[in-house]
Amino acid sequence: MGLRKAALVGAALVSAGFAMAATGASAQNEQFIPGLVYRTGAYAPNGIPFANGVADYYALINERDGGINGVKILYEECDTGYATDRGVECYERLKNKGPTGAAYVNPLSTGITFALTEKAPIDKIPLITMGYGRSESRDGSVFQWNFPLLGTYWSAADIIMQHIAKKEGGFDKLKGKKIVLVYHDSPYGKEPIALLEQRAKMHGFTFTPMPVTHPGVEQKATWLQIRQNRPDYVLLWGWGIMNSTSIKEAVAVGYPRDKMYGVWWSGAEPDVRPAEGGAKGYNAAMLQHGAGQFAIHGELKKHLYDKNKGSTKWEEVGEVLYNRGLVNAMLGVEAIRTAQKKFGNKPLTGEQVRWGIENLDLNEARIKELGLEGMLKPLKVSCSDHEGTREGRIQQWDGAKWNVVSDWYQSDDKVLKPMVDAAAKKYAEEKKLPVVDCSKQS
Amino acid sequence: MLGPFLETLIGGLLTGVLYSLVALGFVLIFKASGVFNFAQGAMVLFAALTLARLADQIDDKEVHLVHFVVAAGVLGGTLALIGWYALREYVARGGGEGERRKMLLMAAGGALIGGVVAFAYGKGAWPLWIALAATASIMGLLAYAIERLVLRHLVNQEGIILFMATLGIAYFLDGFGQTLWGSDIYKINLGLPNEPIFLFEGVFEGGLLVDPGDLFAALIAAILVTVLAIFFQRTRIGRALRAVADDHAAAQSVGIPLDRIWLIVWTVSGLVALAAGVIWGAKLGVQFSISLIALKALPVLILGGFTSVPGAIVGGLIIGAGEKLSEVFLAPILIRAFDLAGGGIENWFAYVLALIFLLFRPQGLFGERIIERV
Amino acid sequence: MFYREAGQFKTNYVADQQIFPVLQDRLFVLAAIVAAFVAVPLFATPYLYTEILIPFLILSLAAIGLNILVGYCGQVSLGTGGFMAVGAYAAYNLWLRVPEANNLIVVFLFGGLMAAAVGILFGIPSLRIKGFYLAVATLAAQFFLDWLFARVKWLTNYTPSGSVAVGNTSVFGWKIDTPDERYLFILAFVVVATLVAKNLVRGHIGRSWMAIRDMDIAAEIIGFRPLRTKLTAFAVSSFFIGIAGAMWAFLRLGAWEPLAFDINRSFQILFMVIIGGLGSLLGSFLGAAFIVLTPILLNQLPGWLGVKMSTALLSHLEFMVFGAMIVFFLIVEPHGLARLWAVAKEKLRLWPFPH
Repeated sequence: MGLRKAALVGAALVSAGFAMAATGASAQNEQFIPGLVYRTGAYAPNGIPFANGVADYYALINERDGGINGVKILYEECDTGYATDRGVECYERLKNKGPTGAAYVNPLSTGITFALTEKAPIDKIPLITMGYGRSESRDGSVFQWNFPLLGTYWSAADIIMQHIAKKEGGFDKLKGKKIVLVYHDSPYGKEPIALLEQRAKMHGFTFTPMPVTHPGVEQKATWLQIRQNRPDYVLLWGWGIMNSTSIKEAVAVGYPRDKMYGVWWSGAEPDVRPAEGGAKGYNAAMLQHGAGQFAIHGELKKHLYDKNKGSTKWEEVGEVLYNRGLVNAMLGVEAIRTAQKKFGNKPLTGEQVRWGIENLDLNEARIKELGLEGMLKPLKVSCSDHEGTREGRIQQWDGAKWNVVSDWYQSDDKVLKPMVDAAAKKYAEEKKLPVVDCSKQS
Repeated sequence: MLGPFLETLIGGLLTGVLYSLVALGFVLIFKASGVFNFAQGAMVLFAALTLARLADQIDDKEVHLVHFVVAAGVLGGTLALIGWYALREYVARGGGEGERRKMLLMAAGGALIGGVVAFAYGKGAWPLWIALAATASIMGLLAYAIERLVLRHLVNQEGIILFMATLGIAYFLDGFGQTLWGSDIYKINLGLPNEPIFLFEGVFEGGLLVDPGDLFAALIAAILVTVLAIFFQRTRIGRALRAVADDHAAAQSVGIPLDRIWLIVWTVSGLVALAAGVIWGAKLGVQFSISLIALKALPVLILGGFTSVPGAIVGGLIIGAGEKLSEVFLAPILIRAFDLAGGGIENWFAYVLALIFLLFRPQGLFGERIIERV
Repeated sequence: MFYREAGQFKTNYVADQQIFPVLQDRLFVLAAIVAAFVAVPLFATPYLYTEILIPFLILSLAAIGLNILVGYCGQVSLGTGGFMAVGAYAAYNLWLRVPEANNLIVVFLFGGLMAAAVGILFGIPSLRIKGFYLAVATLAAQFFLDWLFARVKWLTNYTPSGSVAVGNTSVFGWKIDTPDERYLFILAFVVVATLVAKNLVRGHIGRSWMAIRDMDIAAEIIGFRPLRTKLTAFAVSSFFIGIAGAMWAFLRLGAWEPLAFDINRSFQILFMVIIGGLGSLLGSFLGAAFIVLTPILLNQLPGWLGVKMSTALLSHLEFMVFGAMIVFFLIVEPHGLARLWAVAKEKLRLWPFPH
């Protein structure tokens, strides 16, 4: 009796759920954007601020402008926990939502990017992998649906190497030096190895990659080896708790923190704060922007935080990963805006948004208009260049905040371009993919 | 060469002490109840999270209050469901009115303590020692809940069913802890020094590096292990525990209350988890990842034997030293020989080491000899 | 009323040795197979295919494999993820290096065979080590194999990221591309594999496994060779698991890294076996359905009900409810879902006049 009643109630609930799911997508003038984020699991400390920044930017556009040219943004998060299969499930679940399906997807994990790279061309949904993903995917003639905007890992590694070379007094001074890469043992961590090996061959320094297993709390042996080999520099390609653990272990073996250079995913507040004083002097690359508040943050305060609609505490607005979330969301919104100029102010399909990303052109004036002056350099995406810009700076933690300590660097295309071309060509051949001739597109 | 070797050895041994500590939690429970408690890692996380958040100034109250209410609701729902089932069983068995009153009383007590904690939680940071005491009592409560709601209903089931049940508990605790306390990195500040000390600088080039944090952790672990050993060997309860471990039925027949013993054992292993959580949390920060450390303690278990306290200690030291030495000295050779993409052999080396031992001693280093009869 | 064996006489040896001796069972299984092949493609959406049906089928196959080892032969293994990885990478390397073998059946069978070989290797300690000692020892396989595929560059064809991808897969010239094609192919494969497994476990080999499981010393005394029996169990089990791994890589993921086969995968499949029912092939399917569906349902239910909830809370709740459900199931029915099914059949036999 009791069981039957429970079953009936359950069935009623589920069918009600289905009914609601069916009626949920009623509004027509909405652009659906899925958010693959992680607010749980081993990488949550870094995933949370990023997700907050993304959510706040979309909320700002809806609150302040009433959407993108009147088209409201419908944003839905799905927690991947940084796991690839979970991320694919989220993608499949969300890709057809809203009146026109997903506008674009931010996989927010290199592993998920690899898996979705196979699916995007079939579903016709572009992937925006800002500052991560496959390095060779900047070649739009092969990877038509991937957009590693603002910089790939090869760019990041090159920028850090240029900075080190500058400190040493030129690339020729690197001869005989020892450089170690401590990396997260996943596609993310392995991405820069190809470029660093290339640079090592060119300039005659020894390069040693040292993997750290997920989630990265076990690094004692790695750092004991570093202490014994005394490398001149340690590059860090970590994520989540691995970053702060690396810094703590560096303290424990007495490795100088100012000889450590993190990638831009290893250079945020959650990475250095747990190490307290120990992180002082630690360097990290910047994905153009760093921490701090700019014009856009005033808007956020006025339209969201003063009305209690923000997704986090006001003190955390303006931190590195929060800002990165903002920029990431902004690029997507601007791409949609660009596409709307061609296809009209209505909800767009993934294919139309792809055109928008490929023709994205943010100049000085537009960046100022968006309230991002000082956070971003102009970028222009094209068929042959899906990266848009490959500039970055180095920042240093002074124990309380991040300070910019270098000029702008641009990754050296003389080194990168041949590698990108070769890797993209290999990929296209393996998979027998059609290659688009970029010179024929305007 | 000797300098680096000694350094790695010391680092490995100090890490090994921490493995011992986690392994000890496993051993205690396995000895007394035959349960291979996979939730030990989740218990470490839960204890550390609770402590860190109680001792921490919590400022995003609003967000977490919602979490708190929902968590309490889910916990209450689960308890009600299992409690209902338990009650039905009692009635079916003809359990007396007294049993039922006792159960109600306990539920009320739990709710009261929960209320006090929730109230105090809203009041912000606590001194470390009060937080420690509160966490310890919460771990006791947790032990009680596990014994009452799970183990009691699985008496006489096969080992693998019990093992799976603890995996379920681990999932539950991971979710529950993070719902309650959040999933950022939190700090436990014991005021430990973190700058390295260098010994014998005259003897070795650059001195012999020792991490004072590790040293301190090893010290705590050593004290804890000694206390536990005395507890087991010298006290009445300890004797009862050993009797239960030897033979459940025989122990029961001489009047040792099995359920109380289990409660004690789970509480003790909860406290061991707390100790491990404090040490690890102070070292690495408290975050979901520390629940995965439990995996590092498993080779210690097979090496030392599932039922041996000294085995856990010696096994921990061997595994700790073995894996660090293999990573530092063996991995580079392997990389060169086989053109590998990096080392990282410590993750499986400990297992292989333990496996080789096992081939010669299938019951582990100190485990009791398994005698089988048809 | 409908489920009644009375009057079904077995008049010859063939009838006596049927897989499903009861007519109703035969009809039911036949109906289920027909439904899976014909009815499902009529209404299934791509999401249903790629995220529910395909994972369900592949993991069922892996669960069958593990069930042979744990449920039938009594050897607990936590290395399932590692053996799946062997299958996946072996299949990948054959597909990559031998263009003539671009036939999924060949590729998958090769993956299964390699996994079986590795399974035998890691099964050898089972002769000395028993129970939880063995379970933990199989973790050595899990961690070693994960490490192997992350480190030995040849196995991943020197891809810089360590992530490999496959495409253009076909069976005898039939290109397997869209979700429904994948589903049908996997379904056919799983049906055949289940049939093979069923015949193995009810035959001589299966009986010897069960004898070892129930009491290995007694089995040895009455003449079963423990070495051969245990190793065949490891081999057959790993063969199925390896095929499942290759399918997971080729037809579910398309691009993968060793993390896809980490220890959580091992636990997931062990859960399926235990929740479904040890020593039951049907249980493997039921367990897989439960473990695949529950998290997805838990994650989406609040959304369907219109309850707004933060992403983090939703995810944590999913963990909590999932954990609680597992404990609850184990308490209520330690013999798994298959047992519930058996009880239902008992009841059906008497329905509607139970007395």
